[in-house]
Amino acid sequence: MSAPDQYPSTWRRPPQIVTDRRWRLALQIGIVVYLVLAIGSVEVNWSRVYEGLERGQRFIMGFLQPDFASRWRDISQGLVESLTMTLTSTVVGVAISVPIGIGAARNLAPRWIYYICRAIIAVSRALQEIIIAIFFVAMFGFGPFAGFLTLSFATIGFIAKLLADDIEEIDETQAEAIRSTGASWWQLVNYAVQPQVMPRLIGLSLYRLDINFRESAVIGIVGAGGIGATLNTAIDRYEYDSAGAILLIIIAIVMVAEYSSSYLRKFLQ
Amino acid sequence: MTEITHYSQVWTHRTPRKRLLLWGGWLALVALFVWCWQLMNENTIWFFVADAPRQAADIGGRMVPPRWEYFPELMQPLWDTINIATLGTIGGVIMAVPVAFMAARNTTPSATILRPIALFIIVASRSINSLIWALLLVAIIGPGLLAGIVAIALRSIGFVGKLLYEAIEETDAKQIEAIQATGASGAQVLNYGIVPQIMPAFWGISVFRWDINIRESTILGLVGAGGIGLKLQASLNTLAWSQVSVILLLILATVVLSEWVSARVRHAII
Repeated sequence: MSAPDQYPSTWRRPPQIVTDRRWRLALQIGIVVYLVLAIGSVEVNWSRVYEGLERGQRFIMGFLQPDFASRWRDISQGLVESLTMTLTSTVVGVAISVPIGIGAARNLAPRWIYYICRAIIAVSRALQEIIIAIFFVAMFGFGPFAGFLTLSFATIGFIAKLLADDIEEIDETQAEAIRSTGASWWQLVNYAVQPQVMPRLIGLSLYRLDINFRESAVIGIVGAGGIGATLNTAIDRYEYDSAGAILLIIIAIVMVAEYSSSYLRKFLQ
Repeated sequence: MTEITHYSQVWTHRTPRKRLLLWGGWLALVALFVWCWQLMNENTIWFFVADAPRQAADIGGRMVPPRWEYFPELMQPLWDTINIATLGTIGGVIMAVPVAFMAARNTTPSATILRPIALFIIVASRSINSLIWALLLVAIIGPGLLAGIVAIALRSIGFVGKLLYEAIEETDAKQIEAIQATGASGAQVLNYGIVPQIMPAFWGISVFRWDINIRESTILGLVGAGGIGLKLQASLNTLAWSQVSVILLLILATVVLSEWVSARVRHAII
C-alpha cells in the first residue's frame, strides 16, 4: 500500500450531528429560504417603534424606581387574590389528581379505568391555562373563582401524569412482598405504593404551587382575578412605575417560592 | 441492661409522636386552605357560579357545529404564529448563549460580578410569562408580530440559559484539560473543549423551547401581539363561538404536530 503523497496540513472538525454532506447542504438552504420568507412576512412599523422607544425608556425608569405606594390598595388586593388562588387550587388540584394518577397507572388500575384517566390527563394538558381561563370566566363570571377553577384543572393534568408515571416505575418487589402477605388493593396502595411515591408527590406539589403562582399572574389578563388583572390595568393606564412595582413583586415571590420549594424538596427527600 | 417491659401488640407505620406531628401538619394545611378559600371568595357572586352549567350548555351549543368556512382565513395568522415562535426562539437562543456561559461556574469570566447578574437575568426572564412580556412590548413598540417575537425571545432566554448553563457545568473536565494541555487559548478551549460536549444538549434544548414557544405564541394575540390569537380575540369579542371552536381545534392540531416534530428531532439528536 502506497502512502499518499501529501498529508493534509490542516485539520477540520468533523460535523457532529448531521453527518451526511448532502443533507447538511439541503438543511442549510432550507433554513435560509425559511428565514428570508419569515423575516419578509414580518411587517414592522418603524416610526411606531421609534415613538415607542420613549415609552420603553419610561418603563425602564419605572422598573428602576418602582412606585409601590400610590396603587398599593389594588396591588395588595391582587396579591391576596393571587396567593389564595394559588394555594386553594394546588390543594384541590392535588387532591383530585391523586385518584386520577392512581387510576392512570397501568400496574394498579384495570384497563378501562386506565384509559379514562389517561384521557382526562390528555385533555387537561392539551389546552393552555389561558384558554381554559377564558371559558371559565365566560361560565362563572369574572374574579378569582374562575382563576381557581382554571389552575385546579391545569394542576390535575400535571400532577396526575407525573404521579402515574412515578407509580408505574415503583420497585415491584416491594409491591409483591406486600401482596404476598395477603393484602387487599387498598393495603397495597397504602403500604407498598404510597411510601415509595410520597416524597416525589410532595416535591411535585410544591413545584406546582410555584407554577400556579406564576400562572395566576397571567390569567388575570382575561379576567380571572389576581395580580395579572392589576398589572393589566397598570399597563393600560401607562402607569409604568406601578407596573414595574408589580413585576418586581412577582419576580421576588417567584424567587422566594423557587428557593424555598427546592430547599423543602431537598429536606424531604 | 434495662428490660423492655412493653411490647407493642400491633405494628404501626409511625411512632405516636410522628403521627401527632403529621396530624398537626394536615390540620394546619386544612386551616390554611379554609382561610384562603374564604379570603378568595369574599367577592364571588355565587349566583353566577350556580348559573354556570346553564352557561356552559349555552356556549357548548353555540360552539358546535364549528364554522369550517372560517378555516381558510386562519392560514395567514397560523403562518404568523409559526414565525413568531421560530424567530423568537432563534433570537432567544442567540441572547441566551452568552448569558449561559456567564452563569456557568466553570466558564464565567467573573464569579463575583457577572455570574449573579447572569443568574438574575435568567430568573427574571423565567418568572415573567411571555404573555406579560407581550403585554409590555405591545404597549412599548406597538401591536404586531415584532412585539410577539421579542416577547418570545425574552421569555426563552431564561429557559434556554438555565438548561444550557447546567449542561456547561456538567461537561467532562478531562476533555477540557486535554485541550488546555495542547496550549490552546481560552477561545480555543471553548471552541474545541466545551462546545462539542454541549452541542447535543444545545440543539435538544432549542427544539424543546421551540415546541413550547409554538404553544405560547398561539395565545399572544390575545394582548395584540399578532398570530392566531388575534383571530381568537376577535371571535371571542364578537361572541362567535362557532369560529372559536375552529380556532381551538387548529391550535390543538398545531400543538400536537409541533410536539411530535420536537420529540422526533430530540430523539434523533440525543
